[in-house]
Amino acid sequence: MAHVVIPPIRRLLTRWGIHPDSHKFPAAGLDIADAGLPPLLVLPLSQQAGAPARPVVKVGDHVLRGQLVAEAVGHVSAHVHASTSGTVMAIGDAPMPHPSGLPGQGITLRPDGLDRWVQRDVEPYPINLAPEEIARRVAAAGIVGMGGAAFPAAVKLALGQRSSIHTVILNGSECEPYLSCDDRLMQERAGDIIEGARLLLRATGAQHLLVGIEDNKPDAIDAMKLAAHPYPEVSVVRIPSRYPMGAERQLIHTLLGVEPPAGGRAADVGVVVHNVGTAAAVWRALRHGEALTERVITVAGGAVAAPRNMRVRVGTPLSWLVERAGGLTREPARLVVGGPMMGVAVPDLDVPVGKGASGVLALTVAEVGEREPSACIRCGSCVVACPVGLMPLEMANRINAGELGQAEDIGLRDCLTCGACGYVCPSRIPLVQYFAHARGELMARERERKRLDEVRELTEARTARHEREAREKAEMHARRKAERAAAQAAEAAAKVSATQEESA
Amino acid sequence: MNSPVQASPHALSRRTSGHIMALVMAALVPATLAGFWQFGWPAFCLWAITVLSCVLAEALCLQGAGRRVVPVLSDGSAALTGWLLAMSLPPWAPWWLGVLGGFISIVIAKQVFGGLGCNVFNPAMVGRTVLLVSFPVHMTQWVSPQVLAQGTDLAQAIAIGLNGGIPDALTSASLLGHAKTELGRGLTLVDALQGFQPEQSMLGLRAGSLGETSALLIGAGGLFLVFKRVIGLRIPIGFLAGLCIPAAIAHAAAPQAFLPATAHLLSGGALLCAFFIATDYVTSPSAPFGQWIFALGAGLLTWLIRTWGGYPEGVGFAILLMNAATPLLDLWARPRIFGRRIGGKPLDARRAQEVTR
Repeated sequence: MAHVVIPPIRRLLTRWGIHPDSHKFPAAGLDIADAGLPPLLVLPLSQQAGAPARPVVKVGDHVLRGQLVAEAVGHVSAHVHASTSGTVMAIGDAPMPHPSGLPGQGITLRPDGLDRWVQRDVEPYPINLAPEEIARRVAAAGIVGMGGAAFPAAVKLALGQRSSIHTVILNGSECEPYLSCDDRLMQERAGDIIEGARLLLRATGAQHLLVGIEDNKPDAIDAMKLAAHPYPEVSVVRIPSRYPMGAERQLIHTLLGVEPPAGGRAADVGVVVHNVGTAAAVWRALRHGEALTERVITVAGGAVAAPRNMRVRVGTPLSWLVERAGGLTREPARLVVGGPMMGVAVPDLDVPVGKGASGVLALTVAEVGEREPSACIRCGSCVVACPVGLMPLEMANRINAGELGQAEDIGLRDCLTCGACGYVCPSRIPLVQYFAHARGELMARERERKRLDEVRELTEARTARHEREAREKAEMHARRKAERAAAQAAEAAAKVSATQEESA
Repeated sequence: MNSPVQASPHALSRRTSGHIMALVMAALVPATLAGFWQFGWPAFCLWAITVLSCVLAEALCLQGAGRRVVPVLSDGSAALTGWLLAMSLPPWAPWWLGVLGGFISIVIAKQVFGGLGCNVFNPAMVGRTVLLVSFPVHMTQWVSPQVLAQGTDLAQAIAIGLNGGIPDALTSASLLGHAKTELGRGLTLVDALQGFQPEQSMLGLRAGSLGETSALLIGAGGLFLVFKRVIGLRIPIGFLAGLCIPAAIAHAAAPQAFLPATAHLLSGGALLCAFFIATDYVTSPSAPFGQWIFALGAGLLTWLIRTWGGYPEGVGFAILLMNAATPLLDLWARPRIFGRRIGGKPLDARRAQEVTR
């Protein structure tokens, strides 16, 4: 097995990031439990980056586990499968995990309790499949990035096939506090992850597989090293624990020492990054023919009685998960789907979890912290914390002054919205909110500008057409006039010649 | 759903602005207490009245501006400004000097600009510099500390504070003032500095302000702040390097005309400035490269002003000059953005890939 160690000098020179309290225990110390089947499931149609999926079942249909219920639309989208057998009760608006609290499109399913699968194609040696076939089956299984962004995995594989990839990186950093689902998965399913990652390696044609795991997960590192032992192309690397180590570009830089260019993709430096959960799902899909219908989720937070990692069906409501974790011990100050740093706050427990949800957190007032913003004292903590080298305080100043263009000039577009700046800010300034607002505003302006451009183009085209028509008309007029004149002249000439003939 | 939007992150570090101010004050405590012990009750009275007038001035300004007084006052920034100002005044200065300095610092240097975080110049240094320029006699009357080992009581201290008179027998020149005077009289520094012992300055057993006499305790307080990660090392190191390196070179070249680096380092509040004044968040750059330029510039200016300026003391002027450059440094000396060149253009994709292979 290739031995890859991060040079100590790179550790020393790395100054970005923060070290938040990890809060990983007690959930990280307990094995993954099964969350079971809730009485109702809501399968969100928009649980991946890109376009929402289009339903292919009708209300009243009986579906089996793993059966396609909504298909991908467009280039960036993913299929949705029934996560158990049962009856489709409704298709339409349902509560969704979105900060606005607005409903979204979903398929409501009532489980029949039998949990029967559709026909599964078992493939004893999926590693022998052609790369294109692997990508096709990953798409058919509806697999998305399980780290949180939920980017369709097959689209990433297709991107990789277009550029030359030499290294696949498996992201096992799990740098968000509280979350330990990847940690547990690596300890309990290391074999699945490594086998799945080898399939990803084959699908992209890369030669090396690096697994980056933060050094606060020694058991996961041991388990993964053991599973990777037979394969010389796989290398498990201890990386320093800091947030946001799991950010794609930061991970690539930490492991390989190269910086993907801003505005480009990881593939530009010959790398693709997949989450460990994605690799496990790829193995289940290709080896056992199982579509993505469940995932591991950390249910934790100070208000949860018995924090635990659970194997959860896609579409399970939060209330069910909290109940399975012993219920709430007190009124939570905030409910979060995902990690505390980048997760989405949801208004209540009625919303379902999607494929990208890595955690369900019920946080107490003490955990969320006092949030009365005060004046910026320009302490520069945010500058030190920023993994991208931005100056969040300066960006916020400019956004506050309405100078969005200036904020863009000093790096607004490079912001990961990782929240490191907001975490360290001693004045409690909601920096991420500023940046999200400014980006939204800039996008709206861009759309407006495009619309105006289109209108202007259309107007210009119309004016040009009118001018052309007018010109053609005038030309035609002139031509007719000339023709008439010519005809008259010819007539006159004919008359003259006729009279001449007559006279002659 | 009428709950407000809850933006990420959903967790916060425990450190607040109030904690930071409290840590800075804690770091000042040893040096301040040592100063009280050396200079007696008058020093304490001046310190108290300066701090109180700063807090009062802040409260009046907030009230006048219609802002909430108590939450803003509780961040402790006004009290800290007063504290730092008091550390830079002659310990036996009359009471009105402290009050005037406090009001100038808070009203003119801070609140006029918009309050905490908006001021361009370090408030304490503005206060001190205005006082120095306006009342040069009062601001350069130092009291000799050894005398006070015998002690003064509170009643005497109030009398001294009210009358502002230091008995002639107790006055003494500060080291830098002494050197300037002697050079002015045409003597060489070798003669002038015969009494200078670095150990004395370390312990604070000589004339000066609260913040300049006990270099050892000021340095210890500063290292405490570095250890607590309240301040970085760039500004202190840069400032001291900017001051000491030219001083050492000049002294090596012409010892009779230039003070040695130790004298510069241990007097005139150089250490107080390096750890507590130059590191003021609001008025120093927040990006690493800018911090280096700021600190080296301030150190160098301090040396230049001390050596060739009209005043024996240069820290205040040097800091104010570099404060003026801070907004520009924050604009020009921004960190390189990940994946981009220093100018802001994205890195070349192909070349980055070759490095990997």
